[in-house]
Amino acid sequence: MVSALTASERTGALAILFALLGAGVVMAASTATRSDPMGFHGYLVMLYALGVMVALLRGYFDAEPPSSRLEHYYDDPTKAGIILAMGWAVVGMFVGDWVAWLLAYPDLTFNSAWASFGRLRPVHTTGVIFGFGGNALIATSFHVMQRTSRARLPDQLSPWFVLLGYNLFCLIAVSGYLLGITQSKEYAEPEWYADVWLVVVWVTYLVLYLRTLARRKEPHIYVANWYYLAFILVVAILHIVNNLAVPASFAGAKSYSLFSGVQDAMTQWWYGHNAVAFFLTAGFLGMLYYFLPKRAERPIYSYRMSIVGFWGITFFYMWAGSHHLHYTALPQWVQTLGMTFSLMLLIPSWIAAANALLTLNGAWDRVRSDATLRFMMMAAVFYGLSTFEGSFMAIRSVNSLSHYTDWTIGHVHAGALGWVALITFGSIYALVPWLWKRDAMHSPALVEWHFWLAMAGTLIYVFSMWNSGIIQGLMWRTYNDGGTLSYSFLDTVEAMHPYYIARAIGGLLFLIGAVIACWNIWKTIVTPSPGAVSVADGQPLPSLLPAE
Amino acid sequence: MDVSHHLVVVFAKSFGLFYLLVMALAVLAYAFWPANRDRFDQAARDVVEDEDEPWA
Repeated sequence: MVSALTASERTGALAILFALLGAGVVMAASTATRSDPMGFHGYLVMLYALGVMVALLRGYFDAEPPSSRLEHYYDDPTKAGIILAMGWAVVGMFVGDWVAWLLAYPDLTFNSAWASFGRLRPVHTTGVIFGFGGNALIATSFHVMQRTSRARLPDQLSPWFVLLGYNLFCLIAVSGYLLGITQSKEYAEPEWYADVWLVVVWVTYLVLYLRTLARRKEPHIYVANWYYLAFILVVAILHIVNNLAVPASFAGAKSYSLFSGVQDAMTQWWYGHNAVAFFLTAGFLGMLYYFLPKRAERPIYSYRMSIVGFWGITFFYMWAGSHHLHYTALPQWVQTLGMTFSLMLLIPSWIAAANALLTLNGAWDRVRSDATLRFMMMAAVFYGLSTFEGSFMAIRSVNSLSHYTDWTIGHVHAGALGWVALITFGSIYALVPWLWKRDAMHSPALVEWHFWLAMAGTLIYVFSMWNSGIIQGLMWRTYNDGGTLSYSFLDTVEAMHPYYIARAIGGLLFLIGAVIACWNIWKTIVTPSPGAVSVADGQPLPSLLPAE
Repeated sequence: MDVSHHLVVVFAKSFGLFYLLVMALAVLAYAFWPANRDRFDQAARDVVEDEDEPWA
């Protein structure tokens, strides 16, 4: 992979890695005189910089790539991103199933702080959302932006900076949680230095996307790019505003948020819900609007509706976050505003879901025979179902039953497993044979197995959490004739136990499916197609990166 | 303090309503403008077509 970089790009990479190494040394040294968990991250950054540096130097003096490379798309970072995404999928889902069993059997902490639910849970959420989802979004966006623009990436260094820099952020995040580093903001747990690093990486990503679009040969910017761009731009805004904080010391991990009280809560859920909107929805809709028509070999049913849906999603979602704060100190009218916009969101959401399903009209025989396309179809179905459920749960009176219960967890996983993970697996199964020039996946039968394991796992998970959540909510609000609560909190915990076991089994099935996918993808990469000519671009196959 | 909160609320409820309505009309006009039809159809078709190499 290094051989594809020009000499000046190799020098640039080396300079960046030396700067990173220096930052790691400063972080480690500044905490040398007193114990602070940031010191560990100093060593982690140094190790990461040295690991990438070794990989770079091994190919540093190779011959420069021929200029004929400019006649092809640049796919090495996409390939690496897919492998990284699958690695994070297994890690994140494994920890997810671990904490699911931990909730069923709370004694499984080995008396260690790092194995407590509070530290492991963000490892799961960061691992699957940012590790798996983020790498999949970055990898597919590199693919889609080049194809739909009919232009090669403007350079070969910045995509690697984005991909490897982003994975460094993820590593700092998950290792920090185990050490107890958190700023206590859900889905924004990493502390200030990780946040600053992510801003640098993310702005580079945005500039890279815009530079590619500026080089486009296709005059019209295809709608998938709009969704990817909204994802990149809005996540940058959300991340910067929600993480505004003052470090207690530049030589330590701890920082204090600029916001306090209900303003802090509102900022956090403006961030939190828009992370769902722009990270877990807009970006993956970009994936859907490209890979579904490609795989079905049919243009999107209504291009116009995809535009209307885009503006609806971007501008309605912005106002929906306050539905996370029903019955709190937040002013009533702000709660009502969030509820109203959440209900209006059903329109653009169902436009996207219906557009995807109507595109398949005339291709349903292929949905039956092609599990990859079926992954995408079921993703659109779950997208429609979970956006309906979300609008419903945002209604204040419904929320009074659902909030703080497992119903919310069920809803989130209907979206995360049923929508986000299924569209990602479908897109990756479509993309891997294209990128590695194979006729098809190594084993179509294993893609079928993965599909049904994912289906069974999602349904078991969601149904057990619906049951658990509604029972929990009803028990919390049941009064006896004397006017006092019928059930103690512990009674509700005991009532949830069987559902927690069912949920952990559902999660296990989903995890097994992801492991099968890894094996299948790996075999596809290392096994050349029978009778195929050697890989056209002559690039060596990427090996696992230090981040793995 | 009351005054400023009140002002913000009035601004949010009036300006907020109008800019969203105007934006919705603009989006609908753009999406359904007859002259844009061919461009959109072309864009939807182009994606499905072969795209092995960048255009020169």
